[in-house]
Amino acid sequence: MKTIAQINERIKKGEAVVLTADEVVEFAEKNGVEAVAKEVDVVTTATFGAMCSSGAFLNFGHADPPIRMTKILLNDVPAYGGLAAVDTYIGATECSLSEGIKYGGAHVIEDLVAGKPIKLEATSPGTDCYPRREITTYLTLDSINQAYLYNPRNAYQNYSCAVNTSDKVIHTYMGTLLPRMGNATYATSGQLSPLLNDPYYRTIGMGTRIFLGGGIGYVAWEGTQHNPLANRTENGVPTAGAGTMAVIGNLRGMSTEFLRAATFTNYGTTLYVGIGVPIPVLDEEMARFVCVRDEEIVTNVYDYSVGRRSRPSLAQVNYKELRSGQIEIQGKKIRTAPLSSLAKAQKIADLLKGWIVDGKFTLTEPIMGLPKSRVNTPLDIIGPDEIPVEEEEEIG
Amino acid sequence: MAKKRVILIFPAALTEEALVYKLVRDYQLAINILRAKITPGEEGRLVMEISNSTEKAIERGLDYLRSHGVLVEELGHEIRIDQDSCIDCGACTGVCLSDALSISAPDWKLKFDKEKCILCELCVSACPTRSIKVVF
Repeated sequence: MKTIAQINERIKKGEAVVLTADEVVEFAEKNGVEAVAKEVDVVTTATFGAMCSSGAFLNFGHADPPIRMTKILLNDVPAYGGLAAVDTYIGATECSLSEGIKYGGAHVIEDLVAGKPIKLEATSPGTDCYPRREITTYLTLDSINQAYLYNPRNAYQNYSCAVNTSDKVIHTYMGTLLPRMGNATYATSGQLSPLLNDPYYRTIGMGTRIFLGGGIGYVAWEGTQHNPLANRTENGVPTAGAGTMAVIGNLRGMSTEFLRAATFTNYGTTLYVGIGVPIPVLDEEMARFVCVRDEEIVTNVYDYSVGRRSRPSLAQVNYKELRSGQIEIQGKKIRTAPLSSLAKAQKIADLLKGWIVDGKFTLTEPIMGLPKSRVNTPLDIIGPDEIPVEEEEEIG
Repeated sequence: MAKKRVILIFPAALTEEALVYKLVRDYQLAINILRAKITPGEEGRLVMEISNSTEKAIERGLDYLRSHGVLVEELGHEIRIDQDSCIDCGACTGVCLSDALSISAPDWKLKFDKEKCILCELCVSACPTRSIKVVF
Protein backbone atom coordinates (compact mmCIF):
# COMPACT_ATOMS: atom_id res chain seq x y z
CA MET A 1 0.00 0.00 0.00
CA LYS A 2 1.23 3.46 -0.93
CA THR A 3 -0.40 6.85 -0.74
CA ILE A 4 -0.18 9.61 -3.31
CA ALA A 5 1.59 11.74 -0.68
CA GLN A 6 4.23 9.03 -0.23
CA ILE A 7 4.70 8.73 -3.97
CA ASN A 8 5.10 12.51 -4.23
CA GLU A 9 7.80 12.40 -1.53
CA ARG A 10 9.65 9.82 -3.61
CA ILE A 11 9.23 11.97 -6.74
CA LYS A 12 10.69 14.98 -4.92
CA LYS A 13 13.66 12.91 -3.71
CA GLY A 14 14.21 11.60 -7.22
CA GLU A 15 13.52 8.04 -6.04
CA ALA A 16 10.21 7.33 -7.74
CA VAL A 17 10.05 4.38 -10.12
CA VAL A 18 8.07 5.46 -13.15
CA LEU A 19 7.20 3.26 -16.13
CA THR A 20 4.99 3.84 -19.15
CA ALA A 21 1.89 1.65 -19.54
CA ASP A 22 3.76 -0.26 -22.27
CA GLU A 23 6.86 -0.76 -20.13
CA VAL A 24 4.89 -1.96 -17.10
CA VAL A 25 3.40 -4.77 -19.20
CA GLU A 26 6.90 -6.03 -19.98
CA PHE A 27 7.97 -5.53 -16.36
CA ALA A 28 5.01 -7.61 -15.14
CA GLU A 29 5.74 -10.38 -17.65
CA LYS A 30 9.24 -10.71 -16.22
CA ASN A 31 8.63 -10.02 -12.54
CA GLY A 32 4.94 -10.55 -11.88
CA VAL A 33 2.16 -8.20 -10.81
CA GLU A 34 3.19 -8.36 -7.12
CA ALA A 35 6.53 -6.84 -8.06
CA VAL A 36 4.73 -4.06 -9.91
CA ALA A 37 2.74 -3.26 -6.75
CA LYS A 38 5.90 -3.27 -4.65
CA GLU A 39 8.42 -1.59 -6.90
CA VAL A 40 6.58 0.72 -9.30
CA ASP A 41 5.23 4.06 -8.10
CA VAL A 42 3.68 5.61 -11.18
CA VAL A 43 2.58 4.38 -14.61
CA THR A 44 2.17 6.96 -17.37
CA THR A 45 -0.66 6.51 -19.86
CA ALA A 46 -1.40 8.52 -22.98
CA THR A 47 -3.52 9.02 -26.04
CA PHE A 48 -3.44 11.27 -29.09
CA GLY A 49 -6.74 11.14 -30.90
CA ALA A 50 -9.40 13.18 -32.63
CA MET A 51 -11.63 14.64 -29.94
CA CYS A 52 -14.49 16.67 -31.35
CA SER A 53 -15.78 17.83 -27.99
CA SER A 54 -12.93 20.29 -27.54
CA GLY A 55 -12.61 24.03 -27.57
CA ALA A 56 -11.16 27.06 -25.85
CA PHE A 57 -12.37 29.96 -23.73
CA LEU A 58 -10.81 33.28 -24.68
CA ASN A 59 -10.96 36.77 -23.23
CA PHE A 60 -9.89 39.47 -25.66
CA GLY A 61 -9.67 42.50 -23.37
CA HIS A 62 -11.63 45.71 -24.00
CA ALA A 63 -11.33 48.08 -26.94
CA ASP A 64 -11.88 51.81 -26.59
CA PRO A 65 -14.74 52.61 -26.84
CA PRO A 66 -15.73 49.15 -25.64
CA ILE A 67 -17.96 46.64 -27.39
CA ARG A 68 -20.24 43.94 -26.05
CA MET A 69 -19.59 41.37 -28.75
CA THR A 70 -22.61 39.34 -29.81
CA LYS A 71 -21.49 37.99 -33.19
CA ILE A 72 -17.86 36.92 -33.21
CA LEU A 73 -15.63 35.57 -35.99
CA LEU A 74 -12.09 34.29 -35.55
CA ASN A 75 -10.40 33.85 -38.93
CA ASP A 76 -13.97 33.72 -40.30
CA VAL A 77 -14.97 30.91 -37.92
CA PRO A 78 -17.97 31.77 -35.70
CA ALA A 79 -17.27 31.77 -31.97
CA TYR A 80 -19.89 31.87 -29.23
CA GLY A 81 -21.30 35.34 -28.53
CA GLY A 82 -23.51 34.51 -25.59
CA LEU A 83 -21.05 35.23 -22.79
CA ALA A 84 -19.91 38.53 -21.27
CA ALA A 85 -18.73 41.39 -23.48
CA VAL A 86 -15.34 40.10 -24.59
CA ASP A 87 -15.46 36.46 -23.53
CA THR A 88 -16.00 33.69 -26.05
CA TYR A 89 -15.78 29.96 -26.57
CA ILE A 90 -14.40 28.65 -29.83
CA GLY A 91 -15.45 25.07 -30.52
CA ALA A 92 -13.26 22.65 -32.51
CA THR A 93 -15.97 21.60 -34.97
CA GLU A 94 -17.25 25.07 -35.91
CA CYS A 95 -16.53 25.66 -39.62
CA SER A 96 -15.24 28.70 -41.46
CA LEU A 97 -17.97 30.71 -43.21
CA SER A 98 -15.83 31.02 -46.34
CA GLU A 99 -13.79 27.80 -46.36
CA GLY A 100 -16.23 25.32 -44.84
CA ILE A 101 -14.70 22.21 -43.31
CA LYS A 102 -11.22 23.00 -44.65
CA TYR A 103 -10.72 25.36 -41.70
CA GLY A 104 -12.54 25.30 -38.40
CA GLY A 105 -12.39 26.14 -34.74
CA ALA A 106 -9.74 23.44 -34.27
CA HIS A 107 -7.54 25.25 -36.80
CA VAL A 108 -8.06 28.57 -34.98
CA ILE A 109 -6.88 26.89 -31.76
CA GLU A 110 -3.88 25.32 -33.50
CA ASP A 111 -2.97 28.67 -35.11
CA LEU A 112 -3.26 30.40 -31.72
CA VAL A 113 -0.92 27.84 -30.18
CA ALA A 114 1.45 28.25 -33.15
CA GLY A 115 1.64 31.97 -32.30
CA LYS A 116 0.02 33.08 -35.57
CA PRO A 117 -2.05 36.28 -35.72
CA ILE A 118 -5.80 35.64 -35.71
CA LYS A 119 -8.31 38.04 -37.28
CA LEU A 120 -11.12 39.00 -34.91
CA GLU A 121 -14.31 40.50 -36.32
CA ALA A 122 -17.23 41.21 -34.05
CA THR A 123 -20.47 43.14 -34.08
CA SER A 124 -22.91 44.30 -31.46
CA PRO A 125 -26.23 46.16 -31.32
CA GLY A 126 -24.44 48.69 -29.07
CA THR A 127 -25.53 49.57 -25.53
CA ASP A 128 -25.22 52.65 -23.33
CA CYS A 129 -22.22 51.14 -21.55
CA TYR A 130 -20.76 49.39 -24.62
CA PRO A 131 -21.35 51.88 -27.46
CA ARG A 132 -19.09 50.29 -30.12
CA ARG A 133 -21.01 48.33 -32.74
CA GLU A 134 -18.23 46.68 -34.71
CA ILE A 135 -14.59 45.86 -34.50
CA THR A 136 -11.95 44.30 -36.74
CA THR A 137 -8.54 43.62 -35.28
CA TYR A 138 -5.81 41.01 -34.93
CA LEU A 139 -4.72 39.11 -31.85
CA THR A 140 -2.28 36.43 -30.83
CA LEU A 141 -2.15 33.98 -27.95
CA ASP A 142 0.18 36.37 -26.12
CA SER A 143 -1.90 39.49 -26.71
CA ILE A 144 -5.14 38.28 -25.10
CA ASN A 145 -5.93 37.90 -21.41
CA GLN A 146 -7.00 34.31 -20.99
CA ALA A 147 -6.90 31.41 -23.41
CA TYR A 148 -7.60 28.01 -21.97
CA LEU A 149 -8.65 24.78 -23.47
CA TYR A 150 -11.81 23.37 -21.96
CA ASN A 151 -12.80 20.10 -23.56
CA PRO A 152 -16.15 18.74 -22.34
CA ARG A 153 -15.44 15.18 -23.48
CA ASN A 154 -12.02 13.67 -24.08
CA ALA A 155 -10.14 10.41 -23.75
CA TYR A 156 -13.02 7.97 -24.17
CA GLN A 157 -12.47 4.79 -22.22
CA ASN A 158 -12.46 2.36 -25.14
CA TYR A 159 -14.21 3.03 -28.45
CA SER A 160 -15.87 1.12 -31.28
CA CYS A 161 -14.16 -0.41 -34.27
CA ALA A 162 -15.86 0.77 -37.48
CA VAL A 163 -16.66 -1.07 -40.71
CA ASN A 164 -18.97 -0.41 -43.65
CA THR A 165 -21.10 -3.24 -45.05
CA SER A 166 -22.76 -1.11 -47.72
CA ASP A 167 -21.79 -1.00 -51.40
CA LYS A 168 -20.51 2.57 -51.26
CA VAL A 169 -17.47 4.28 -49.77
CA ILE A 170 -18.56 6.25 -46.72
CA HIS A 171 -16.70 9.09 -45.02
CA THR A 172 -17.15 9.16 -41.27
CA TYR A 173 -15.54 10.48 -38.12
CA MET A 174 -13.99 7.01 -38.04
CA GLY A 175 -12.25 7.80 -41.34
CA THR A 176 -12.88 6.58 -44.89
CA LEU A 177 -14.63 3.22 -44.74
CA LEU A 178 -14.42 1.09 -47.85
CA PRO A 179 -17.48 -0.84 -49.10
CA ARG A 180 -18.22 -4.49 -48.23
CA MET A 181 -16.04 -4.32 -45.11
CA GLY A 182 -12.96 -3.35 -47.15
CA ASN A 183 -11.34 -1.99 -44.00
CA ALA A 184 -11.87 -1.48 -40.29
CA THR A 185 -10.74 1.49 -38.22
CA TYR A 186 -10.24 1.84 -34.49
CA ALA A 187 -9.47 4.77 -32.26
CA THR A 188 -7.94 4.18 -28.86
CA SER A 189 -4.35 3.67 -27.81
CA GLY A 190 -5.27 0.33 -26.18
CA GLN A 191 -3.06 -0.70 -23.28
CA LEU A 192 -1.53 2.79 -23.25
CA SER A 193 -4.90 4.57 -22.97
CA PRO A 194 -5.55 6.48 -19.70
CA LEU A 195 -8.98 5.29 -18.56
CA LEU A 196 -8.30 1.70 -19.65
CA ASN A 197 -5.54 1.61 -17.01
CA ASP A 198 -7.83 2.78 -14.22
CA PRO A 199 -11.07 1.12 -15.28
CA TYR A 200 -13.05 2.02 -12.14
CA TYR A 201 -11.62 5.57 -11.79
CA ARG A 202 -9.93 4.90 -8.48
CA THR A 203 -7.21 7.50 -9.05
CA ILE A 204 -8.48 9.69 -11.90
CA GLY A 205 -11.00 12.35 -10.91
CA MET A 206 -11.66 16.05 -10.69
CA GLY A 207 -8.40 17.84 -10.08
CA THR A 208 -6.08 15.15 -11.43
CA ARG A 209 -3.09 16.90 -12.97
CA ILE A 210 -2.38 15.68 -16.50
CA PHE A 211 -0.32 16.29 -19.62
CA LEU A 212 -2.58 18.25 -21.96
CA GLY A 213 -1.60 19.31 -25.47
CA GLY A 214 2.06 19.54 -24.55
CA GLY A 215 1.44 21.55 -21.38
CA ILE A 216 -0.14 21.00 -18.01
CA GLY A 217 -3.85 20.44 -17.60
CA TYR A 218 -6.35 19.08 -15.13
CA VAL A 219 -9.34 16.81 -15.17
CA ALA A 220 -12.17 19.30 -14.64
CA TRP A 221 -15.25 17.11 -14.40
CA GLU A 222 -16.70 13.87 -15.66
CA GLY A 223 -16.81 14.09 -19.44
CA THR A 224 -20.15 14.43 -21.22
CA GLN A 225 -21.76 11.07 -22.03
CA HIS A 226 -19.68 9.54 -19.20
CA ASN A 227 -21.13 6.03 -19.08
CA PRO A 228 -19.51 3.97 -16.31
CA LEU A 229 -22.20 1.29 -16.45
CA ALA A 230 -21.21 0.11 -19.95
CA ASN A 231 -20.63 -3.63 -20.35
CA ARG A 232 -17.31 -4.81 -18.96
CA THR A 233 -15.24 -7.95 -19.23
CA GLU A 234 -14.12 -9.88 -16.12
CA ASN A 235 -11.02 -7.72 -15.73
CA GLY A 236 -13.22 -4.61 -15.47
CA VAL A 237 -12.38 -3.26 -18.90
CA PRO A 238 -15.43 -1.83 -20.68
CA THR A 239 -16.16 -3.24 -24.14
CA ALA A 240 -17.52 0.07 -25.43
CA GLY A 241 -17.02 3.78 -24.97
CA ALA A 242 -17.60 4.10 -21.20
CA GLY A 243 -15.92 6.70 -19.00
CA THR A 244 -14.92 10.10 -20.36
CA MET A 245 -13.36 13.17 -18.84
CA ALA A 246 -13.62 16.92 -19.23
CA VAL A 247 -10.20 18.54 -19.21
CA ILE A 248 -8.90 22.05 -18.79
CA GLY A 249 -5.52 23.66 -19.33
CA ASN A 250 -3.76 26.86 -20.31
CA LEU A 251 -3.26 27.11 -24.08
CA ARG A 252 -0.05 28.96 -23.33
CA GLY A 253 2.50 26.26 -22.81
CA MET A 254 0.83 23.87 -25.22
CA SER A 255 2.40 22.94 -28.54
CA THR A 256 1.13 22.13 -32.02
CA GLU A 257 3.03 18.87 -31.73
CA PHE A 258 0.33 17.68 -29.33
CA LEU A 259 -2.66 19.78 -30.34
CA ARG A 260 -3.53 19.49 -34.01
CA ALA A 261 -6.47 20.47 -36.17
CA ALA A 262 -7.89 17.95 -38.61
CA THR A 263 -10.59 17.60 -41.22
CA PHE A 264 -12.50 14.41 -41.79
CA THR A 265 -13.81 14.40 -45.37
CA ASN A 266 -17.59 14.93 -45.68
CA TYR A 267 -17.74 15.16 -41.89
CA GLY A 268 -16.03 18.23 -40.51
CA THR A 269 -13.20 19.60 -38.46
CA THR A 270 -11.93 18.21 -35.20
CA LEU A 271 -9.01 18.56 -32.84
CA TYR A 272 -6.36 15.92 -32.17
CA VAL A 273 -5.60 16.26 -28.48
CA GLY A 274 -2.63 14.75 -26.71
CA ILE A 275 -3.42 13.63 -23.18
CA GLY A 276 -1.17 11.91 -20.68
CA VAL A 277 -2.38 10.73 -17.29
CA PRO A 278 -0.11 9.50 -14.48
CA ILE A 279 -1.55 6.60 -12.52
CA PRO A 280 -0.28 5.95 -9.01
CA VAL A 281 0.26 2.26 -8.27
CA LEU A 282 -1.35 2.39 -4.81
CA ASP A 283 -1.79 -1.32 -4.24
CA GLU A 284 -2.05 -4.70 -5.93
CA GLU A 285 -5.41 -3.92 -7.47
CA MET A 286 -4.02 -0.80 -9.19
CA ALA A 287 -0.96 -2.85 -10.21
CA ARG A 288 -3.26 -5.36 -11.87
CA PHE A 289 -5.16 -2.57 -13.64
CA VAL A 290 -2.07 -0.87 -15.07
CA CYS A 291 -0.75 -4.21 -16.36
CA VAL A 292 -3.70 -4.55 -18.74
CA ARG A 293 -2.56 -5.78 -22.15
CA ASP A 294 -3.93 -5.13 -25.65
CA GLU A 295 -5.18 -8.71 -25.90
CA GLU A 296 -7.31 -8.20 -22.77
CA ILE A 297 -9.03 -5.11 -24.13
CA VAL A 298 -12.03 -6.00 -26.24
CA THR A 299 -14.19 -3.75 -28.37
CA ASN A 300 -17.20 -4.16 -30.61
CA VAL A 301 -17.16 -3.87 -34.39
CA TYR A 302 -20.00 -1.71 -35.64
CA ASP A 303 -21.43 -1.15 -39.09
CA TYR A 304 -21.17 2.60 -39.68
CA SER A 305 -23.28 2.42 -42.85
CA VAL A 306 -26.28 2.07 -40.52
CA GLY A 307 -27.34 5.63 -39.82
CA ARG A 308 -29.11 4.84 -36.56
CA ARG A 309 -28.37 5.42 -32.88
CA SER A 310 -28.00 1.72 -32.23
CA ARG A 311 -25.91 -0.09 -34.75
CA PRO A 312 -25.64 -3.86 -34.75
CA SER A 313 -22.42 -5.24 -33.30
CA LEU A 314 -20.89 -7.54 -35.90
CA ALA A 315 -18.16 -9.02 -33.73
CA GLN A 316 -15.88 -8.49 -30.76
CA VAL A 317 -12.17 -8.06 -31.34
CA ASN A 318 -9.27 -7.24 -29.06
CA TYR A 319 -6.60 -4.59 -29.56
CA LYS A 320 -3.84 -7.11 -30.20
CA GLU A 321 -5.83 -8.30 -33.20
CA LEU A 322 -6.58 -4.74 -34.30
CA ARG A 323 -2.91 -3.80 -33.97
CA SER A 324 -1.82 -6.79 -36.07
CA GLY A 325 -3.21 -5.04 -39.16
CA GLN A 326 -5.89 -7.62 -39.86
CA ILE A 327 -9.04 -8.96 -38.22
CA GLU A 328 -11.45 -11.62 -39.33
CA ILE A 329 -15.20 -11.04 -39.37
CA GLN A 330 -17.69 -13.54 -40.75
CA GLY A 331 -14.80 -15.43 -42.36
CA LYS A 332 -13.54 -12.36 -44.16
CA LYS A 333 -10.05 -10.99 -43.54
CA ILE A 334 -10.22 -7.23 -43.11
CA ARG A 335 -7.36 -4.72 -43.02
CA THR A 336 -7.33 -2.55 -39.92
CA ALA A 337 -6.08 0.98 -39.49
CA PRO A 338 -5.71 3.15 -36.40
CA LEU A 339 -7.06 6.70 -36.27
CA SER A 340 -5.31 7.86 -33.15
CA SER A 341 -1.55 8.17 -33.29
CA LEU A 342 0.19 5.55 -31.20
CA ALA A 343 3.57 7.09 -32.05
CA LYS A 344 2.46 10.35 -30.43
CA ALA A 345 0.85 8.53 -27.49
CA GLN A 346 4.13 6.69 -26.84
CA LYS A 347 5.97 10.00 -26.99
CA ILE A 348 3.55 11.61 -24.51
CA ALA A 349 3.85 8.68 -22.08
CA ASP A 350 7.65 8.99 -22.31
CA LEU A 351 7.62 12.78 -21.85
CA LEU A 352 5.32 12.60 -18.83
CA LYS A 353 7.51 9.88 -17.36
CA GLY A 354 10.51 12.17 -17.82
CA TRP A 355 8.75 15.08 -16.11
CA ILE A 356 7.93 12.89 -13.10
CA VAL A 357 11.39 11.31 -12.91
CA ASP A 358 12.93 14.81 -13.04
CA GLY A 359 10.69 15.92 -10.15
CA LYS A 360 8.94 18.54 -12.32
CA PHE A 361 5.52 16.92 -12.13
CA THR A 362 3.90 15.55 -8.98
CA LEU A 363 0.64 13.68 -8.64
CA THR A 364 -2.58 15.11 -7.27
CA GLU A 365 -5.22 13.53 -5.11
CA PRO A 366 -8.53 13.79 -6.98
CA ILE A 367 -10.95 16.16 -5.24
CA MET A 368 -13.87 14.02 -6.32
CA GLY A 369 -13.85 10.77 -8.25
CA LEU A 370 -15.47 10.35 -11.66
CA PRO A 371 -18.97 8.93 -11.09
CA LYS A 372 -19.07 5.13 -10.98
CA SER A 373 -22.77 4.77 -11.52
CA ARG A 374 -24.45 7.11 -13.88
CA VAL A 375 -26.86 6.19 -16.62
CA ASN A 376 -26.22 7.68 -20.03
CA THR A 377 -29.63 8.53 -21.50
CA PRO A 378 -30.58 8.86 -25.16
CA LEU A 379 -32.60 11.76 -26.57
CA ASP A 380 -36.18 10.85 -27.36
CA ILE A 381 -38.38 12.92 -29.60
CA ILE A 382 -41.42 13.70 -27.44
CA GLY A 383 -43.98 16.37 -26.62
CA PRO A 384 -44.00 18.52 -23.45
CA ASP A 385 -46.52 16.24 -21.70
CA GLU A 386 -44.52 13.08 -22.41
CA ILE A 387 -41.49 13.87 -20.24
CA PRO A 388 -40.76 10.76 -18.12
CA VAL A 389 -41.05 11.14 -14.34
CA GLU A 390 -37.58 11.02 -12.81
CA GLU A 391 -36.75 8.39 -10.27
CA GLU A 392 -35.23 9.48 -7.00
CA GLU A 393 -31.61 10.34 -7.48
CA GLU A 394 -28.87 8.80 -5.48
CA ILE A 395 -26.81 11.27 -3.52
CA GLY A 396 -23.07 10.76 -3.57
CA MET B 1 16.05 -3.04 -65.16
CA ALA B 2 14.46 -0.04 -66.88
CA LYS B 3 11.07 1.12 -65.65
CA LYS B 4 8.57 3.68 -66.77
CA ARG B 5 5.15 4.73 -65.53
CA VAL B 6 2.79 5.94 -68.21
CA ILE B 7 -0.82 6.89 -68.81
CA LEU B 8 -2.22 5.45 -72.01
CA ILE B 9 -5.25 7.15 -73.48
CA PHE B 10 -7.06 4.98 -75.98
CA PRO B 11 -9.47 6.60 -78.45
CA ALA B 12 -12.95 5.01 -78.38
CA ALA B 13 -12.29 3.00 -81.55
CA LEU B 14 -9.27 1.30 -80.00
CA THR B 15 -10.68 0.13 -76.69
CA GLU B 16 -11.45 -3.30 -78.05
CA GLU B 17 -8.02 -3.92 -79.57
CA ALA B 18 -5.62 -6.25 -77.72
CA LEU B 19 -2.77 -3.74 -77.78
CA VAL B 20 -1.46 -4.51 -74.32
CA TYR B 21 -1.26 -8.18 -75.14
CA LYS B 22 0.98 -7.29 -78.10
CA LEU B 23 3.20 -5.19 -75.85
CA VAL B 24 3.84 -8.29 -73.83
CA ARG B 25 4.12 -10.82 -76.63
CA ASP B 26 5.86 -8.89 -79.40
CA TYR B 27 7.84 -6.34 -77.39
CA GLN B 28 8.67 -8.50 -74.34
CA LEU B 29 7.61 -5.83 -71.90
CA ALA B 30 6.61 -6.67 -68.36
CA ILE B 31 3.56 -4.63 -67.55
CA ASN B 32 1.86 -3.86 -64.30
CA ILE B 33 -1.53 -2.21 -64.67
CA LEU B 34 -2.01 0.27 -61.84
CA ARG B 35 -5.36 1.71 -62.84
CA ALA B 36 -7.73 1.13 -65.72
CA LYS B 37 -10.91 2.68 -66.95
CA ILE B 38 -12.13 1.08 -70.13
CA THR B 39 -15.72 1.30 -71.29
CA PRO B 40 -16.47 -0.02 -74.78
CA GLY B 41 -17.35 2.83 -77.10
CA GLU B 42 -15.70 5.44 -74.90
CA GLU B 43 -12.17 6.75 -74.47
CA GLY B 44 -10.15 4.37 -72.30
CA ARG B 45 -7.39 5.09 -69.82
CA LEU B 46 -4.71 2.79 -68.52
CA VAL B 47 -2.11 3.71 -65.94
CA MET B 48 0.73 1.23 -65.96
CA GLU B 49 4.28 0.52 -65.10
CA ILE B 50 6.33 -0.97 -67.92
CA SER B 51 9.65 -2.66 -67.42
CA ASN B 52 12.27 -4.35 -69.54
CA SER B 53 16.03 -4.74 -69.39
CA THR B 54 16.52 -1.71 -71.62
CA GLU B 55 14.88 1.66 -72.04
CA LYS B 56 15.11 1.21 -75.79
CA ALA B 57 12.81 -1.80 -75.66
CA ILE B 58 10.27 0.20 -73.67
CA GLU B 59 10.42 3.04 -76.20
CA ARG B 60 9.88 0.61 -79.10
CA GLY B 61 6.76 -0.66 -77.38
CA LEU B 62 5.47 2.82 -76.73
CA ASP B 63 6.16 3.79 -80.35
CA TYR B 64 4.07 0.83 -81.43
CA LEU B 65 1.18 2.13 -79.29
CA ARG B 66 1.56 5.66 -80.65
CA SER B 67 1.49 4.34 -84.21
CA HIS B 68 -1.95 2.92 -83.43
CA GLY B 69 -3.28 6.23 -82.18
CA VAL B 70 -2.75 5.73 -78.45
CA LEU B 71 -1.79 8.87 -76.61
CA VAL B 72 1.15 8.12 -74.33
CA GLU B 73 1.76 10.42 -71.38
CA GLU B 74 4.52 10.05 -68.87
CA LEU B 75 3.24 9.75 -65.36
CA GLY B 76 4.61 12.90 -63.82
CA HIS B 77 2.68 12.93 -60.58
CA GLU B 78 3.25 11.16 -57.34
CA ILE B 79 2.05 11.08 -53.77
CA ARG B 80 4.04 13.15 -51.33
CA ILE B 81 3.71 13.16 -47.56
CA ASP B 82 4.44 16.29 -45.57
CA GLN B 83 6.48 14.84 -42.71
CA ASP B 84 6.10 18.01 -40.65
CA SER B 85 2.34 17.93 -40.55
CA CYS B 86 1.84 14.13 -40.54
CA ILE B 87 0.86 12.96 -37.06
CA ASP B 88 1.36 9.23 -37.77
CA CYS B 89 -2.28 8.45 -37.03
CA GLY B 90 -2.44 5.77 -39.71
CA ALA B 91 -5.87 6.72 -41.10
CA CYS B 92 -4.43 6.64 -44.66
CA THR B 93 -3.27 3.04 -44.30
CA GLY B 94 -6.88 1.90 -44.06
CA VAL B 95 -7.59 2.89 -47.66
CA CYS B 96 -4.23 1.94 -49.16
CA LEU B 97 -5.06 -1.35 -50.83
CA SER B 98 -1.62 -1.67 -52.43
CA ASP B 99 0.07 -1.45 -48.99
CA ALA B 100 2.28 1.42 -50.10
CA LEU B 101 1.33 3.18 -46.87
CA SER B 102 1.85 1.15 -43.75
CA ILE B 103 2.08 1.62 -40.01
CA SER B 104 3.05 -1.00 -37.47
CA ALA B 105 4.85 -1.93 -34.27
CA PRO B 106 7.10 -1.04 -32.63
CA ASP B 107 7.45 2.64 -33.57
CA TRP B 108 4.06 3.17 -35.27
CA LYS B 109 5.52 5.71 -37.68
CA LEU B 110 3.93 5.97 -41.11
CA LYS B 111 5.99 4.37 -43.86
CA PHE B 112 5.52 5.03 -47.58
CA ASP B 113 6.84 2.69 -50.25
CA LYS B 114 6.62 4.67 -53.46
CA GLU B 115 7.22 1.58 -55.58
CA LYS B 116 3.97 0.03 -54.38
CA CYS B 117 1.85 3.17 -54.88
CA ILE B 118 -0.74 2.80 -57.63
CA LEU B 119 -1.77 6.45 -57.43
CA CYS B 120 -5.37 5.74 -56.56
CA GLU B 121 -5.26 8.90 -54.42
CA LEU B 122 -7.73 7.54 -51.85
CA CYS B 123 -5.27 8.49 -49.11
CA VAL B 124 -5.43 12.18 -50.03
CA SER B 125 -8.94 12.68 -48.69
CA ALA B 126 -8.53 10.07 -45.96
CA CYS B 127 -5.73 12.05 -44.28
CA PRO B 128 -7.18 14.06 -41.38
CA THR B 129 -4.33 16.57 -41.32
CA ARG B 130 -4.26 16.98 -45.10
CA SER B 131 -0.62 15.98 -45.15
CA ILE B 132 -0.80 13.92 -48.34
CA LYS B 133 -0.64 15.76 -51.64
CA VAL B 134 -0.45 14.79 -55.28
CA VAL B 135 2.54 16.57 -56.78
CA PHE B 136 3.34 16.94 -60.47
